Amino acid sequence: MNIRSQISMVFHLDKCIGCHTCSIACKNIWTDRKGAEYMWWNNVETKPGTGYPYKWEDQNEYKGGWEKNHQDIALRGAGKFKGLKNIFFNPYLPTIDDYYEPWTYKYKDLFDAPEGNDQPTARPVSLITGENMEVKYGPNWDDDLSGTPEYARNDVNFKDLSPADQETLFQLEKMTLFYLPRICNHCLNPCCVASCPSGAIYKRGEDGIVLINQEKCRAWRMCVTACPYKKSFYNWNTGKSEKCVLCYPRLESGQAPACMHSCVGRIRYLGVLLYDADRIHEVASCDESSLVQRQLELILDPNDPVIAKAALECGIHDSVIKSAQKSPIYKFVKDWGLALPLHPEFRTIPMLFYVPPLLPAMAKIGEEGMYESTTKELFQTIEQARMPLKYLANLFTCGDTEKVKNVLLKLMAVRIHRRSVTVGDIKADVLHQALSESGVTSDIAESIYKLTSIVTFDDRFVIPPMHREEAMELLEETDIAKGNAGFGFKIKPARGL
Amino acid sequence: MSDTFLFAIFPYLAIAIFLVGSIYRYNSNPYKFSSLSAEFLEGRQLYWGTMPFHIGISFLFLGHLIAFLFPNTLIAWNSQPVRLIILELSAFVFGLSCLIGVFMLFKRRLMTKRIRVVSNYMDYIVLGLLLIQIISGLWVAFFDRWGSSWFAAVLTPYLRSLFVFKPTIDAVQTLPLSIKLHIISAISIIAIIPFTRLVHFLVPPINYIWRDYQQVIWNKKG
Repeated sequence: MNIRSQISMVFHLDKCIGCHTCSIACKNIWTDRKGAEYMWWNNVETKPGTGYPYKWEDQNEYKGGWEKNHQDIALRGAGKFKGLKNIFFNPYLPTIDDYYEPWTYKYKDLFDAPEGNDQPTARPVSLITGENMEVKYGPNWDDDLSGTPEYARNDVNFKDLSPADQETLFQLEKMTLFYLPRICNHCLNPCCVASCPSGAIYKRGEDGIVLINQEKCRAWRMCVTACPYKKSFYNWNTGKSEKCVLCYPRLESGQAPACMHSCVGRIRYLGVLLYDADRIHEVASCDESSLVQRQLELILDPNDPVIAKAALECGIHDSVIKSAQKSPIYKFVKDWGLALPLHPEFRTIPMLFYVPPLLPAMAKIGEEGMYESTTKELFQTIEQARMPLKYLANLFTCGDTEKVKNVLLKLMAVRIHRRSVTVGDIKADVLHQALSESGVTSDIAESIYKLTSIVTFDDRFVIPPMHREEAMELLEETDIAKGNAGFGFKIKPARGL
Repeated sequence: MSDTFLFAIFPYLAIAIFLVGSIYRYNSNPYKFSSLSAEFLEGRQLYWGTMPFHIGISFLFLGHLIAFLFPNTLIAWNSQPVRLIILELSAFVFGLSCLIGVFMLFKRRLMTKRIRVVSNYMDYIVLGLLLIQIISGLWVAFFDRWGSSWFAAVLTPYLRSLFVFKPTIDAVQTLPLSIKLHIISAISIIAIIPFTRLVHFLVPPINYIWRDYQQVIWNKKG
């Protein structure tokens, strides 16, 4: 057993209000630069919708991720053979128009315009060419627009929903949508690392953060193609690829990543997971039906004394193990089985997890266009939920509806339990049935409620010290790093010589 | 400029600039060592430029290298007219492919606004020199036949004399202007490599072939 630790995140989608504060915090810190304007290392998508870049989940077009190749796996659009063959021209590279052309407005015109009969306007100009442009598409263009045909109907996750199911959703679409915040998944089997011809991309052993060495990147651009989540971006100005760094300079000084720190809905949790690195390849190559299950089995129980001892022997610091034992991520993912990986079928073993949204359906539009709010029970059964289980399953469990249903039943049981505690109008047999059906005891339901609803920041953010003092031993002169956090660039990043 | 300078001194100057410049740039500012691809901004025109250019230049480079390393083999190969024609013809086709490629790349850089904003003057100098190099090469191949034979007889000894630091330029001096131009522009291209995006061919990702797909780096060794 080769135990490693990973900083991992959980997103509680029921709590996400789609405010984009995370995206803005991230942009202000990392990507508010020439060449990076179009990059959103953190973005929030409306689902159903097409996302950013447009239809990123459609791997028939973008060729991202791994695909099963007999008993093994191979990169779909990159790799040793395909990558080197296409090194002069990468046919699967998305272009800026798949994201959007970044723009600003000529605000100065508002002040400088000569006096006249008409209101001065600030025209949009391209941040690439500086020319006037017509804004046609943006990073969150489908925000809250799950009703529109261009976006909702083009959602890739509808692929195996029956036409009838899809129509049900489109009939109800005007009232149902949820938000999906996305950052780099810091995968265990990352495609970007595997596809990089220069070997510039690597995973950090201590915390599992995936980074691109800016000094080794040679702009072969294979990572952009290979990442199925399209979270590796090409900086068109500097000629280097960039991606989410999980705010490692902040983590190293004990602060939460900007996206998490700024989260208004407090939907994010950050903690340590221990996993068995020897089994990564084996798990990534297994049958699609067992991918989720096998991925969760990779994650080890830090409270098991045998595991804790083995982890110590594998060189994991005591403080990291202690932190893993208190990890909110472990509770959501393993103890309670509430959080699932996003698109596990890409086989990268993503290490961010999502608690799927329950979306309580209180009413739907009846045949005469009137709201029909007569439900027998306050909490409807899962099958009557407005978002078809199949749709959620396509996002989180390779299409396995049972797994999603299982999670939703638990979330429902927590709500019924809390209603019975606070209001007390739930019949004993209903409560009992909800708990036993979902396999949640009232104690666990209470813990879930606490970590979901009345959680403090310190309970959501549980990471060990990053031991920079040890990392620094590698440097010959420690004063180089004194007082520094971050890239420590001394030369202005500009294109060419 | 005297032939002595152009053919006996300039090559050493160019090699020195190339070596010192490339090593210095690689070590002092590796951040800027990049192929500076702009495919992300424009891909359709690029395909018709980069593919013919890179395929053509790769084969032509290989051809020149073989003529330099194995001149006798080449002369022996050319002793049969059919084989000579096949060699010359295919080399000419690769040359045309290069020409089309550079022309398309030049056109793209000049005509596409998005590409123009990410171009610096060195990009134009590189394309200009490449254009001179390829046109002069095609000119020589067409009018001064048969290049593959006299290259092995005239230029290989000259190049070898450079490598042993005893430059002998007698034969080169008598060559027609077109060939001289081809040689000078080739040496110039070597000289400007460290100052341009051409550095990308000094760092081909060869070790990708045998390295593991996944890479994990630890702060602490061992």
